[in-house]
Amino acid sequence: MSQPKTKKDTQDLHELYRQMLLIRRFEEAAAKSYSMGKIGGFCHLYIGQEAVGVGAIAALEERDYIVSTYRDHGHALARGLEPKSLMAELFGKKTGIAKGNGGSMHFFDKTKNFMGGHGIVGGHISLAAGIAYASKYRQDGAVTLCFFGEGAANIGSFHEGMNLAAIWKLPLVMICENNHYAMGTPEYRALSVKDVSVRAAAYDIARDHIEGDEVRKVRDHVQFAIDRARRGEGPTLMEISTYRFRGHSMSDPAKYRTKEELEKYKQGDPLIKAEKELLQCGWSREELDGLSDSIQSIVDDSLNFAEKSEEPPLGWLHKHVYAENI
Amino acid sequence: MPILTYREALNRAMTEEMEKDPNIFLMGEEVGHYEGAYKVSQGMLAKFGERRVIDTPISENGFAGVGIGAAMVGLRPIIEFMTWNFSLVAIDQIINSAAKMNYMSAGQFPIPIVFRGAGGAGGRLAAQHSQSFESWYAHIPGLKVIAPYTPADAYGLLKTSILDNNPTIFIESEVLYGTKGEVPTGEFYIPMGKADVKREGTQLTIISWSRALMYVLPAAEKLAKEGISVEVVDIRSIRPLDEEAILASVRKTNRALIVEEGWNVAGFGAQLAYLVQKEAFDYLDAPVERVTQEDVPMPYAANLEKASLPSEEKIIQKVREMIK
Ligand SMILES: Cc1ncc(C[n+]2csc(CCOP(=O)(O)OP(=O)(O)O)c2C)c(N)n1
Repeated sequence: MSQPKTKKDTQDLHELYRQMLLIRRFEEAAAKSYSMGKIGGFCHLYIGQEAVGVGAIAALEERDYIVSTYRDHGHALARGLEPKSLMAELFGKKTGIAKGNGGSMHFFDKTKNFMGGHGIVGGHISLAAGIAYASKYRQDGAVTLCFFGEGAANIGSFHEGMNLAAIWKLPLVMICENNHYAMGTPEYRALSVKDVSVRAAAYDIARDHIEGDEVRKVRDHVQFAIDRARRGEGPTLMEISTYRFRGHSMSDPAKYRTKEELEKYKQGDPLIKAEKELLQCGWSREELDGLSDSIQSIVDDSLNFAEKSEEPPLGWLHKHVYAENI
Repeated sequence: MPILTYREALNRAMTEEMEKDPNIFLMGEEVGHYEGAYKVSQGMLAKFGERRVIDTPISENGFAGVGIGAAMVGLRPIIEFMTWNFSLVAIDQIINSAAKMNYMSAGQFPIPIVFRGAGGAGGRLAAQHSQSFESWYAHIPGLKVIAPYTPADAYGLLKTSILDNNPTIFIESEVLYGTKGEVPTGEFYIPMGKADVKREGTQLTIISWSRALMYVLPAAEKLAKEGISVEVVDIRSIRPLDEEAILASVRKTNRALIVEEGWNVAGFGAQLAYLVQKEAFDYLDAPVERVTQEDVPMPYAANLEKASLPSEEKIIQKVREMIK
C-alpha cells in the first residue's frame, strides 16, 4: 500500500505550482495593463495552459533550448526569464528583454537559451529543427524543445520541419499544445486527425499524447521524450491537450465557444488541481497564501519597474538592423 | 593571373572558408552527391564529407529555417537554393526569420547565413524559371544583397558574405556560371557596398549589375565607335549600396541610364533613379532613364524571350536618345 504523500514528496510540485502561479498572476497583470493601454499590439495570454509549459520546461537542462510561438509569456517565465524585463518588454521600454524591439510575441533571452517567441504560425518549427541540427553537428548533447499550437500542425513548414528532424534524427521534442482552437477555428474544422501526434507515424518517429492538466505528469512524459532525444534516438511528436481560458488574444471575446464549455474546462484548471494536491499532502492554506502574496509582489515590482523604465531612445531606431562584423 | 570560371571562383571561395572554420557548412538540394545542380559544389562532398556538405529533400522553407536556426546558435550555414525561383517558398523564413531576428532580439541573435544560388533569366526556361529577384530582397532591411558579374567579384564577394554576420542574399547568374575571368592568386575579400567602374567614360553613366552587364559592356564598346563615351558602374552590392561611386560618376558624365534584368515596376532601378535625381539633380543634362525587362512573365519563344530582356540594341538606342 502506498504511503500518503508528505510535504517532502511534493517539494517539486510546490515549485512547479509556484511557477504556474507566477505565470497566472503575471498575465492577469498584463491583461489589466493592456486594457489600460499600457501594452500595445497583440497580447496572447497563456492562462489555462500553464501546466504544459511549466511541466515541459521543468524537464530541461540549462544547456537545452526552447523555441516558442507568439504565446510565449508562460514559456519565458517557466524558463526563468526575469519577470521585470518581460513586463518592461510588454510596455515597450528600453529595459525590456529585447530592449523594446520585440514586444509580447518576441521574447528572446540568449543567456537562457530562450530562442524566441515567433509570430508566423509554424514558421519556428524549422528553426527549432535547425537549432537541434546544430546540437547534433557539434555533439553538444543539448535537446531543443519546440512548442506550437494545433493550428500550426497544418502548415507546410510543420511537415518539412518534422521530415527533416526525422531523417536526420535530430534531438528535438515537438510539443503541440492543443487548446482546441486556432483563433476562432475549432480543431475539427481544420485538422484531418483528432490527435496531432498520430502524424508522427507519417515521419516514423516516436509519439505521445497526454492531458495537460497535471503539471508533474507533463514533466514526466516530456522527460521521457527528452531522454530519448539525448540518447540520439531522434525526435518525438507529442500532443498535450489543454485549454486557454481567455480569447485567442486580448482583442478576442471568444464568442465561438459556449460558457458551458469554458466552465467544464475550468474544472480542470491546472492550478486548482496542483493546489488541492498540495493541501492534501500537508501544505497549509497559510503557506500557499504566503506564496501567492510573494508572487503578487514580484508581479507588482515588475509592473513598477516597467512603468518607471524609460522608452528606448529614438537613436536606437536603426540599431540592430544589422549585426556588427568583428 | 589564373583564369577561373564564375562557378570555379565560387567553389574556391566556399572551400577556402570551410577549410578555415568548422562552423561553416553547405546545405541544399543536390549539393552533395550530385555536386550541385550547376556544379558549383563540385568536389566539396569528397573534401568535407556528409557532415558539412548536406543534401536535403525538396523543402526550401524547411531547410532555410534549419539554416537560420543553426545560425542562431553560432553555426555559419551556406544555404544553396537550386535557383532563386524556388526561394519563394522559403521567402517567409528569409524575411520573417532571418532578416529580423537580430532586430527583434535587440542584437542577441545575429544570423550569419548566406543564401546563394542561381538567379536571373536563363536560356528559354520560361516564366517560372527565369526571374530576377534582387529587387524583392533589396526591399528588406536586415538583408544584404549581392549580385556579382565577374569571377573575381564572385570570389571576393562570396568570401566576404560568408564572414558577414548578417543574412546575405547572394544571387549568382545562371548564365554566367561558365564565363571565365582572371582571379588573382592568394586570398582576397571584396567589401560589400563598393561599386566597381567596369569601364571609364565621360558622356553618360550606365548603372547596372550582374548578367545585364553582358549587354551593357558590348553596347558601350559600340557606342565608343560612334564617338559616345559611356562609363559603366557595376554596383555589385545592391544592399549596401555604394551611393558615392554612383553619384561621383553621374556628376562627372551628367547622364544616367540604369540597366537591369528585372522588371521595371518597383524594380531596384527605380530606387537608383530616385537616388540620382535627389542627390545629383543639378548635374543632370537629361532625365534619368531605364532599360529593364519588359513588364511580362518570361515568354518561352526564343524571339519573345530576347524581346523581353534588355539587349545591346535597346541600350544603344536609349543612349543615343539621351545624348541627342
Ligand atoms: C502563417 C500565419 N498565418 C496566420 C497567422 C494569424 N494567426 C496568428 S495565431 C493564429 C492561430 C494559431 O493557432 P494555434 O497554432 O492552434 O495556436 P494557439 O493560438 O491556439 O496557441 C493565426 C491564424 C499567422 N500569425 N501566421
